[in-house]
Amino acid sequence: MLNLVYFKEYSIKKNVHSYRQGDLFIAHDVNSGSLHVLDEGAYDVIKAIEKLQEMLETVNTEGICQVLRQAGKTVIVKELSEILDELEELRKESTLFSAEAEIVLPMYPEKPIVKAICLHVAHDCNLRCEYCFAGTGAFGGSRRMMDVETGKKGIDFVLESSGHRDHCEVDFFGGEPLLNFGLIKSLVEYGRKAGKAHGKTIKFTLTTNGVLLNDRIQEFLEQEEISVVLSLDGRPEVHDRMRPYADGRGSYAKVTPLIKQFAAKRPESSPYALGTYYYVRGTYTHFNLDFDRDVLHMADLGIKQISVEPVVASPKDAYAFQEGDLQKIHEAYDRLGEELLLRRAQDRDFNFFHFNIALDQGPCMIKRLSGCGAGHEYVAISPEGDLYPCHQFVGQEAYKLGSLYDETSYQLKDTVVKSFRSAHVYSKPLCRECWARFACSGGCHAANVAFTQSLTDVYTLGCELQKKRLEVAFYIKIKEIQQDLI
Amino acid sequence: MAKHIQTIVKANLSSTAKTGGCGKCQTSCQSACKTSCTVGNQVCVK
Ligand code: SF4
Ligand code: SF4
Repeated sequence: MLNLVYFKEYSIKKNVHSYRQGDLFIAHDVNSGSLHVLDEGAYDVIKAIEKLQEMLETVNTEGICQVLRQAGKTVIVKELSEILDELEELRKESTLFSAEAEIVLPMYPEKPIVKAICLHVAHDCNLRCEYCFAGTGAFGGSRRMMDVETGKKGIDFVLESSGHRDHCEVDFFGGEPLLNFGLIKSLVEYGRKAGKAHGKTIKFTLTTNGVLLNDRIQEFLEQEEISVVLSLDGRPEVHDRMRPYADGRGSYAKVTPLIKQFAAKRPESSPYALGTYYYVRGTYTHFNLDFDRDVLHMADLGIKQISVEPVVASPKDAYAFQEGDLQKIHEAYDRLGEELLLRRAQDRDFNFFHFNIALDQGPCMIKRLSGCGAGHEYVAISPEGDLYPCHQFVGQEAYKLGSLYDETSYQLKDTVVKSFRSAHVYSKPLCRECWARFACSGGCHAANVAFTQSLTDVYTLGCELQKKRLEVAFYIKIKEIQQDLI
Repeated sequence: MAKHIQTIVKANLSSTAKTGGCGKCQTSCQSACKTSCTVGNQVCVK
């Protein structure tokens, strides 16, 4: 019989997420990361305990029965006692109602270990995407290219700031980085040599809109094993509305064949972005709340690695999500989950990034508490050589960490470093109580700051979407495991 | 065999608060413009 006294202290809302998805009742144990499928009776019992806690009532068998009856359920004593026995078993083995993880804060050395940089090699773009946070490439400054000296200094910076880490990451970003392809070539060559001299390997990635992805560039990316993130929003009309050229023409017709061609070169690309990968990413907005159709459109093009993300916009933008959109977005995720399962069963598999979840091989708790590492493990570098916590903060003076051209370029501004380091899950009031905390890591700092002007208050619409994606991801995982068991 | 509950994944995440933190895994940016990778989408490389 479940030890009900335990629930005097133990909060279910925060530590066990039980919900219904498709034809399943699911319980996710937040602290252990375990997953269970329940029958309706067991689900009702967990929900009843949660309800009692919410009403600040004592959790006991009478209380549970009362809540169940109030919800119009028939209580069968034998069944209830079976359920309570099973729940106790799981509690004892710490896979359900497992103890709250001990609060171990990430520990960092005094001097930040920067292991990844984002090089803004071009603050200019050949497209004028409506939702571009970079102000169509220029980041509020003038349109400008990074020069070789700055690029090399950036690479030296990461090699020298990465301490004992033997793998560093360098991402070519923009604007549109391929506008400065000559620099990319030189820096890859330089990086390989300089890396060797430091006993380190640099992993290069490139984020591009695909417009300039000609044969020569594709070949280079293949040869140098550079991972590539390509932007496509989905159906032609959806893509063209948001991703036009400066003269207003859409870019779908240009980029789609190139992206398809490139994706076909990497059939073995990892769904967890390991090794040399590609994936095609898009952004959905208020204009395509049925974005599941955009994902499927891309899958139909033969693209196997797909990520489509919600736009982060100011409420005054026409494409920003509005009151009432959330329900439609949820439905789109539900449909997408079902379709993904269906296609997998038919061997027409594709990966939707947010539904990939490596439950038992996922990262450790420390990583989960701190997330992206912006501002101390990850730094963005503007064409001028200025250092910022991440690509989204570039140009925001208050967050500037320094410059590659300062005497003390390897010393990042202490106050900024500290504020990002301390913006972990436990320092955010909403996250501390949230069941998604170890999968979400407290959201994106840039989105949080944009909406709340604070690193420790979160962008709550983002939370809703994050949680929904997790629910579907767990569901898919369960369905797949069940399938394998048959 | 349990009748009402089927355990699908048994994990032991909270124990990694003590054992983890090697920092070898790749950085993860969850914003739409980049890798859109939350830690939930990552694997441990250890
Ligand atoms: S950012 Fe939102 S969804 Fe993520 S852990 Fe915090 S409260 Fe939860
Ligand atoms: S703050 Fe947001 S945009 Fe910047 S690296 Fe982190 S997750 Fe990505």
